[in-house]
Amino acid sequence: METANLLASSGSEVDFMVHGIFSYELFGQTFWITTTHVAILIVMLLILVFAIAARIVISHAQEYPTGFQNVVEMVVEMLDKMVESSMGVHAKKFRNYIGSIFIFILISNISGLFGLRPPTADYGVTLPLGLITFAMIQYNNVKYNKFGAFTDLFKPIPLLFPINLIGEIAVPFSLSLRLFGNVLSGTVMMSLIYSLLSKIAIGWPGFLHIYFDVFSGAIQTYVFCMLTMVFVTQKIPEES
Amino acid sequence: MGITNEGLVLACSAIGAGLALIAGIGPGVGQGIAAGHGAAAVGRNPGAKGDIMSTMLLGQAVAETTGLYGLAIAFILLFANPLIGRL
Repeated sequence: METANLLASSGSEVDFMVHGIFSYELFGQTFWITTTHVAILIVMLLILVFAIAARIVISHAQEYPTGFQNVVEMVVEMLDKMVESSMGVHAKKFRNYIGSIFIFILISNISGLFGLRPPTADYGVTLPLGLITFAMIQYNNVKYNKFGAFTDLFKPIPLLFPINLIGEIAVPFSLSLRLFGNVLSGTVMMSLIYSLLSKIAIGWPGFLHIYFDVFSGAIQTYVFCMLTMVFVTQKIPEES
Repeated sequence: MGITNEGLVLACSAIGAGLALIAGIGPGVGQGIAAGHGAAAVGRNPGAKGDIMSTMLLGQAVAETTGLYGLAIAFILLFANPLIGRL
């Protein structure tokens, strides 16, 4: 299989940049290492380098921050403000996790701008994120409502039990499909442009990248995190 | 000669993939109306522009979901067709 060649001649072959790179056998099944694995590795290395640099800077923290410490404090403040505006009192328990997935999904979505295939364009990446959200929602549901977590499904009228149940189960799938569909459609559009219009695609695809990768990616990140926070906060009863 | 079974399944999958994207009308209309209300709200209260914009973007991204469901079905029918294996 040919590698992604951005200046390939147009027409016959459209390359969507998904290749199996390396396969191995385990328990009788064939598993492939694909471009998604490599892309996730690169994204995680980027985030790790940033985190280690931030750690080194914070250990020599100054009263009046300058340079890199400024950037780190700005990022942390922005994430804290976002979580607190949505969750209020309970923000302290969730801001670590929400901050982490915000940074991960943001860098993953934007990595299309730098030539990677965004790892979130693979349903195997977004579905676990949605399922972790689902587990978090149900855990907090049971923790704060104890047995009420089950009887809440019968709440307005017992006849609505199937609808409430489907509403609960649909949450991880709608969250993951929204992120997956947005990023994948951006990837497919850009692959089509680079494959079919390769002779004249000089310079102007940058503007499409700004819309599909940066703008759409940032909004989908914000929406994913906001919806996670909103769903979790809904399950926690308000104390007077 | 006639149409083979596989040809019929592929042709109907292609037609289905095209029809699935009629689901794109909904988000288009809905998000346009939401953007109009957002613009009117900014006109009435220019100081709250940041809050109005983030609320509007959040609502629009949630409304986009059903359009994406149609796109996912079209992609599945075109690229990972499960119906061929059942011939």
